[in-house]
Amino acid sequence: MAVTVKLPTQLRAAAGGAGQVRVEGATVGEVLEALFTAHAELRESLTDDGGGLRRFVNVYVDGEDIRYGDALETVVGDGAEVQILPAVAGG
Amino acid sequence: MSAIHLNCRECGAEYPLDARYVCQRCFGPVEVGYDHGRLGADVAGLRRRIQGGPQNIWRYADFLPVDVQPAPSGRASSRFGLPAGCTPLIRADRLAERLGLGEVWVKNDAANPTHSFKDRVVNVAAARARELGFDVLACASTGNLANSVAAHGAALGMTTYVFIPADLEEQKVLATGVYGTNLVKVRGNYDDVNRLCTELSGERDWAFVNVNLRPYYAEGSKTIAYEVAEQLGWRTPDRVVAPIASGSLYTKIAKGFDEWLKLGLITGDAPIMHGAQAGGCSPVAQAWDAGHDVCRPVKPDTIAKSLAIGNPADGPYALELAQRSGGSIEAVSDDEIRAGIRLLAETTGIFTETAGGVTTATLAKLAERGEIGADERVVLVITGEGLKTLDAVRDTFETFEIDASFDQFEAQVERRSVVV
Repeated sequence: MAVTVKLPTQLRAAAGGAGQVRVEGATVGEVLEALFTAHAELRESLTDDGGGLRRFVNVYVDGEDIRYGDALETVVGDGAEVQILPAVAGG
Repeated sequence: MSAIHLNCRECGAEYPLDARYVCQRCFGPVEVGYDHGRLGADVAGLRRRIQGGPQNIWRYADFLPVDVQPAPSGRASSRFGLPAGCTPLIRADRLAERLGLGEVWVKNDAANPTHSFKDRVVNVAAARARELGFDVLACASTGNLANSVAAHGAALGMTTYVFIPADLEEQKVLATGVYGTNLVKVRGNYDDVNRLCTELSGERDWAFVNVNLRPYYAEGSKTIAYEVAEQLGWRTPDRVVAPIASGSLYTKIAKGFDEWLKLGLITGDAPIMHGAQAGGCSPVAQAWDAGHDVCRPVKPDTIAKSLAIGNPADGPYALELAQRSGGSIEAVSDDEIRAGIRLLAETTGIFTETAGGVTTATLAKLAERGEIGADERVVLVITGEGLKTLDAVRDTFETFEIDASFDQFEAQVERRSVVV
């Protein structure tokens, strides 16, 4: 499945300046793994020592927070948009 | 100023005092770090300087992350357009009596320029935005912040963009649009609005007060603690009950007391902090009950729209604070919220919005559980104005309608009227 990953400005330097990256994957976990393979620096920014997402990282699939779904197991369809954003905004 | 840098709350990395809210290294939130050492050398002099300052939050400029120096005393003479703060702290004996408590004080932050505590945080964010050279102010809002950002734009001559959920209370929409802002209704809930604004803040060179200016904005909430302590005679209260939406206000009130206790500016212990949420949007209270240290987001469904943040940014820190201070995080139902609004109104003369109903209902719940000692001094933080959420009180009381007739008054009114 080819999906688009949208990166926030804070992460773009680690992805060669790109705001969007195209990768393959059937779940959010697979998509992120493909992203980290392409841009190794992103792994450290987004995941903790145990390999899970850091607690201030929000990931959305087509606008829906993955914690409403199955977290990293959330299925992504062909052409889906996966968005990564800092969790610290608002309120 | 005594602010020296931004530092990451997760990994400790330090950054200059610019417009940023996320750690480059670990994606954690950054907050303002201070060096107050110089201020602690003459505590009596510092108290006098505060007391001689303006009648607004700029009397605490030494503790805020801006270069502004306080102007001479007087609410109107502040350098910034819409000075907030110095709101009343009212001793609420009738409320205390109703709840079987010893001493309750109400911090009435509806008495701010746009009738909510948000003017405090926008005062600070707007001042810092100007210092950093921004021309445009923006925000994601559940309503009160929208009012405040639009009004500050008008007062300071800045262009504003205000993003709100499309289903917001009419009063809050009207009280925003009147200031001449670019008012954007987003089809979705607050968390959708927030996601859009987080993305936009990376694409536009604007000061989003609660996104890229959030470290400065959040510091404004500390002034509630400073004022309460000053109004109680440079002492801390025993307990504070405050609402939780993102968790920023709740945690920054505690930070304010901590800073002043550390400096020796006030006496007492760090207060026990109770957080209040609406049951229809209570991700932090649910995490508290389950013993978790992070919150699982929820889809809000409550009349307390100003607290309807399903994905609270400071949730983990709110949980830590409740634990550390010996407090708790509670949730109350929509019916309890309506009853809370009535209880506060009937016993203090203060008409609060739904968020204040949440806070008052939480105090009532704690009192009923017998958690609060008879000798304790409790402060209830009322953050907003009842006129902004009129639907919450519609049809909750009876009125009498009669002809202009003495007999009808006697027969239909006097015999059925309530005497306090």
